[in-house]
Formats: sequence, structure tokens, C-alpha cells
Amino acid sequence: MSAIENKLAGPVSEELTLVQAAKRGDDSAFEELVRRYDRNVFRIAQHITQNREDAEDVVQEAFLKAYGNLAQFQEQSKFYTWLVRIAVNEALMKLRRRKPERTVSLDEDIKTEDDSLPREIADWSPNPEQLYSQSELGEILSKTIQGLPPGFRTVFVLRDVEGLSTEETAAALELSVPAVKSRLLRARLQLRERLGRFFQKRESGDGKQ
Amino acid sequence: MKCSEFLQELTNYLDGVLDDNTKVELENHLSWCHNCYVVCDTTKKTIEIYRDSQLYELPEDLRSRLRSAIMTKCQQHKKRGPQSV
Repeated sequence: MSAIENKLAGPVSEELTLVQAAKRGDDSAFEELVRRYDRNVFRIAQHITQNREDAEDVVQEAFLKAYGNLAQFQEQSKFYTWLVRIAVNEALMKLRRRKPERTVSLDEDIKTEDDSLPREIADWSPNPEQLYSQSELGEILSKTIQGLPPGFRTVFVLRDVEGLSTEETAAALELSVPAVKSRLLRARLQLRERLGRFFQKRESGDGKQ
Repeated sequence: MKCSEFLQELTNYLDGVLDDNTKVELENHLSWCHNCYVVCDTTKKTIEIYRDSQLYELPEDLRSRLRSAIMTKCQQHKKRGPQSV
């Protein structure tokens, strides 16, 4: 059973052809790479920064940096993973600038071991997303993920929203595979717990669920 | 399998990367432990809801604006040389 699907379009070999053409100075090939990944970069950036303007800046800065450093890209990893690493760093820099009083780092300490242990076990409605309108649901999901520490929500968005593998996520964030897995578990459990407030089964009249 | 062990394996289980023996143990645990079953099921739903959400979709007009800004800056960078990024 896999809950994960990859949101990326096009095979890796096509990506490599575009990257090689872009390296030779073919700007239309680079533009194609922008077209291919701009939505992903924007989503990742907005999840991390939680700010639309910052996310727009991150998209521009990440692609411009990728363009300027294309010669250094070794082609041993996927271009997309390399691009995501640039975008995540740009997004974290935006966060640091906006919240200088708080240390923003992917290495921040995880508060306590029990932080994300399930406390609320009540089951959800069968189709929780249908309890709300599209815009209400968007607000709930957005507010809920905002409550996670940046290091957790970054891992969650790369793995579960964008569909990167654990290894790709580790490479993009320069974390170990066990660190990615541990953060992912906590992120998933914390989101589950918080969403439960909105999605729990309503009590029926006889006191049973 | 104890509930704490189930939690340790939950992420691997949801990602479909558990070895067969552990998977059988975990599913056996889920068959009698209602709490863990609910945690597993609602965690899976959490992932699906976020994955399927249209959260932070890039609108087409903004998308083309950003793309043309990126390409303009790339061309300026090319003219100025590699020190400008």
C-alpha cells in the first residue's frame, strides 16, 4: 500500500536532455524546465514561507540561481532534487528574515519524544473533506500545516505533497534518511491530530458514534 | 506487536516499504487494536487530503508573469556574465 504518488511530469531522461541543452546555452530548454517545475517550486515555497509574495520571490530566485549555477550541476542527482534544495534554502532564508527572533533551521531540536504521540483517537467522518466547502477546507489545511515547525512541514510537503522519495528528500534537505523518516512520522501524526478537531465523527443522539 | 512498536513502523507501512514479516505483525495488531487502526486510517487520510488538495496552486496569469520575469533576468545574467547571480 502506498499513499504517495509522484506529482512530477515527464521522465528523467527528458529532464536530462533539457538540462544538457540548457547548459549549452539553449534558453528555451531552460524555459521548459521552468514550465515543468514552477508549480512544484511555488507550492513548496508557499508551504515553507506561508506567504504568497515570499513564495513568488522564491520561485524567481531559485530558478535564477539554478540558471547561474547550471554548469556546477553534476547530473548525478535529478535536476529537480537539486532545484528543490535551492528553493528550500531560499524559502528558509525568507523565513529567517521575517522572523529573526526565532531560529529557523531544519536542524531545530525536536521538543520531546512524546510530542506527537496520539492523544486523540476518535475516528473521523467517512469523507471528512466533504464536510466543508473547497475554500473552507483550503483554509483548514493551510492553518493546520502552518502550526508545524518549518523542519516538519518541509519534510511533509516534499514527501507527501510533492511525492519525492525518502532518499530524494534527504538529499534535497541534506538530512539523513532516519532523520527524514522521524520528522515525517511526527509531521504526519501532528497533522492528523490537529485535523481531527475538524474531521471527527459527530456524536449521534444515542451517545454512540 | 505493541502499540508503540506499531507507531515506529507506521510511516514505513504507509509508504509500502515494510518487510513482509513486520507487515503481517502490524496488520495483525491492527485487526484487534481499534485505537491503532483509527490512528493508521486517519493518518492515511491526512496524507491523502493534503496530497489531493489544490492548496497553493499557481494561477496561470501569475505563472506566465513569473516565467517571463525569470527568463528576462536569465538573459540579463547571460549578458553580464556569471558573477551576477
